[in-house]
Amino acid sequence: MENIFIKYSLLILFLPLAAFVIQIFFGKRLPRQGDWVSIGAISTTLVLAITMFVAMIMKDDPDFYQEASFTWLDMGDFEIRLGFLVDNITVIMLLVVALISTCTHVFSTQYLKGDIRYSRYFAYLGLFTFSMNGIVLANNLMSMYMFWELVGVSSYLLIGHWFEKDSAANASKKAFLTNRVGDIGFFIGIMLIYNAIGSFAFSDIFDGVSSGLIAGSTLTLAGIGLFMGAMGKSSQFPLHIWLPDAMEGPTPVSALMHAATMVAAGVYLSVRIFPILTPDALLVVAYVGGFTALFAASIAITQTDIKKVLAYSTVSQLGYMILAVGTGVYTAAFFHLLTHAMFKANLFYGSGSVIHSMHHALHEKHDHETDPQDMHNMGGFKDRMPITYWSMLFSTLAIAGVPLFSGFLSKDAILAGTLSFAQHHPAHFLLPVFGFAAAAMTAFYMFRMMFLTFHGKPKMPDIIDDIHESPKEMTGPLILLGTLSLFIWYTLPYFNPMSTHGWFTDLVVPSDSVVPGNPSAQQIEEGAHHAHHLAMYISIAVAVLGIFLSWFTYIKKGLSAQAWTDRFGFLYDWSFNKYYFDENYDKYIYQPSFRLAERVAWIDWELYDRYFINGFGRLTNWASKVTGKFDFDVIDQFIVDGTGRMAALFGRKLKTIQTGKLQNYVLYVTAGIIILMVIQSF
Amino acid sequence: MDQLNNYLFIAAALFSIGLFGVMTRRNGIAVLMGVELILNAANINFVAFSHFGGMNLDGHIFALIVIVLAAAEAAVALAIVINIYNNLNTINVDEASRMKE
Repeated sequence: MENIFIKYSLLILFLPLAAFVIQIFFGKRLPRQGDWVSIGAISTTLVLAITMFVAMIMKDDPDFYQEASFTWLDMGDFEIRLGFLVDNITVIMLLVVALISTCTHVFSTQYLKGDIRYSRYFAYLGLFTFSMNGIVLANNLMSMYMFWELVGVSSYLLIGHWFEKDSAANASKKAFLTNRVGDIGFFIGIMLIYNAIGSFAFSDIFDGVSSGLIAGSTLTLAGIGLFMGAMGKSSQFPLHIWLPDAMEGPTPVSALMHAATMVAAGVYLSVRIFPILTPDALLVVAYVGGFTALFAASIAITQTDIKKVLAYSTVSQLGYMILAVGTGVYTAAFFHLLTHAMFKANLFYGSGSVIHSMHHALHEKHDHETDPQDMHNMGGFKDRMPITYWSMLFSTLAIAGVPLFSGFLSKDAILAGTLSFAQHHPAHFLLPVFGFAAAAMTAFYMFRMMFLTFHGKPKMPDIIDDIHESPKEMTGPLILLGTLSLFIWYTLPYFNPMSTHGWFTDLVVPSDSVVPGNPSAQQIEEGAHHAHHLAMYISIAVAVLGIFLSWFTYIKKGLSAQAWTDRFGFLYDWSFNKYYFDENYDKYIYQPSFRLAERVAWIDWELYDRYFINGFGRLTNWASKVTGKFDFDVIDQFIVDGTGRMAALFGRKLKTIQTGKLQNYVLYVTAGIIILMVIQSF
Repeated sequence: MDQLNNYLFIAAALFSIGLFGVMTRRNGIAVLMGVELILNAANINFVAFSHFGGMNLDGHIFALIVIVLAAAEAAVALAIVINIYNNLNTINVDEASRMKE
């Protein structure tokens, strides 16, 4: 029992990798294109994760911690150790990843039926799950960084699954490159910390920080650097731009990516590094998170694409989690990560189910023009797709923060923490304002989505008869996750819809920040506890307000959405066009860099190549001609041939004295001797 | 008459006659005879210097060696002359100029 954790988590880590390897090499040749291999592997990890989870509950030990590490690189004094750690957060996270991943696999068998790259899709899902499990299990920043990049790669592959479409190919590139920006910060953070502490392991880093090896502005910088990585992966403002475009991927991938894996990685990282964040770094984190929450919610209000609404709601909810980390209640962030994973995955499956049936209905009518994702083409699906409707409604209630549902508990914990933070630091009163305003907007736009999709009169009456409930591979995950949107799963063994108290709070206990001067976990908790009731009332009030406004506008038609749009046209345009972020990035970042690149290319081609490279070539050419001429005319003609001619000339002249007559030679010798004797005698 | 110069004079005369013979005679045998004269001129010098220079019998020994050498040389040279005669049907040394080409 004691050692199952490390053993099981290694299995959980490597089973999806094995599935990936089998699928990528043999997938096409296996029956059913091998989807059962992936599903088998992934459901085994789910079973293992549940076993671990149950074992953790049985242990009931908030300080549970196991670690295993090995030397990865050993070069004399320089040693890098990698390893795994298992604690309660890890076990919960592994279960979330395994659960959502399993649901995604099952869901995909129907959603991607007949796809040309069916087996490869499952292979990438395995790779994705493997990478995410790696992040979850890492006990050090180095291996976390490796898996971090692996997540980036697999998201690139999955978003670009339908890479024949330009939009999908561009979206995958955008996601990859935007993440790269954050990853640079992450890497700088890692290096700053390694430079000061000399280890990548979390435990060493915490010890190092608490003993003051790294402190002050360096630590703040390192924390913000690490947080930049989280900003990229969790798509926080201003690096949020990739996530809505990532909707180009297949919908189940969106569910996996936006619920349990990719975007959760950033929050998970923030939760892990929370103890080393300095007060300044935490403020940055809080403001980025709070602003993102509000900002993304304000965009989601006007979107018409069902998946875009969910995408921005994901950005907004991630903003909440980041806000929670920034204000110190990081276990609340993790709690929201857990509940959000369930209801957001479910919402994506729901939207996938709707899109799937829209697609089929339009296909029946041979209509390939209408956008199957546009909510303005839907309406009145409630009775046609009851399972989808009810499960999505549960999740919508959860995300809107209605009591009795899971989102209420976690969001309430975050808002209480934020409120308490503002009570202690009145200068930062904006943070809870961001939070509550975003909560109201969330309730509004989520119900707007529900009303436009499922209620009212069908906007395309001719296809409504062809809208059918999806097959059970798709409704199964919907029912399961819809049920998991209820509060009860998170507060067991207690039954109190108004309090987060339960197994989670018993097992995930916040630990103190190791940075000297930060408030202790106990202080933060007490503050949040005091703010709890006020936060709860406000959040119920804003949720009800949001839902009511939505109902009043879209069901009762008491307010005309069109009239408001006309009256605040520029605001609507801003929001509908996502505050022109893409356009401005294009105008102020991409285009200038392209222009710069063109300038550099011009210098390269026109100056460097033309004058230097080509000039050098011409110079060489000229020089070779000159030396060639010199070689031919001077060396060959004069020296080489001249020597020959000289020898021939001398030969001809000297040949005459060689008569062949013996006596002549004797005469020469005698004459020579006489001459020598005469010379000698002087 | 017992003076070195007289011997040297005779030796020089003999040498000159020998050299003249070598250079002017066309007959191979006559050339050989000139060579013998040159050798004997040298012998006279050896013996004379030995006698007047107080060098005991060194010069005499050399003279004897030269005589032996001359005998050997005459044997080889006559063999060459015979071969020339066999090949060219003459012993005129001017005719034996094939090495020129």
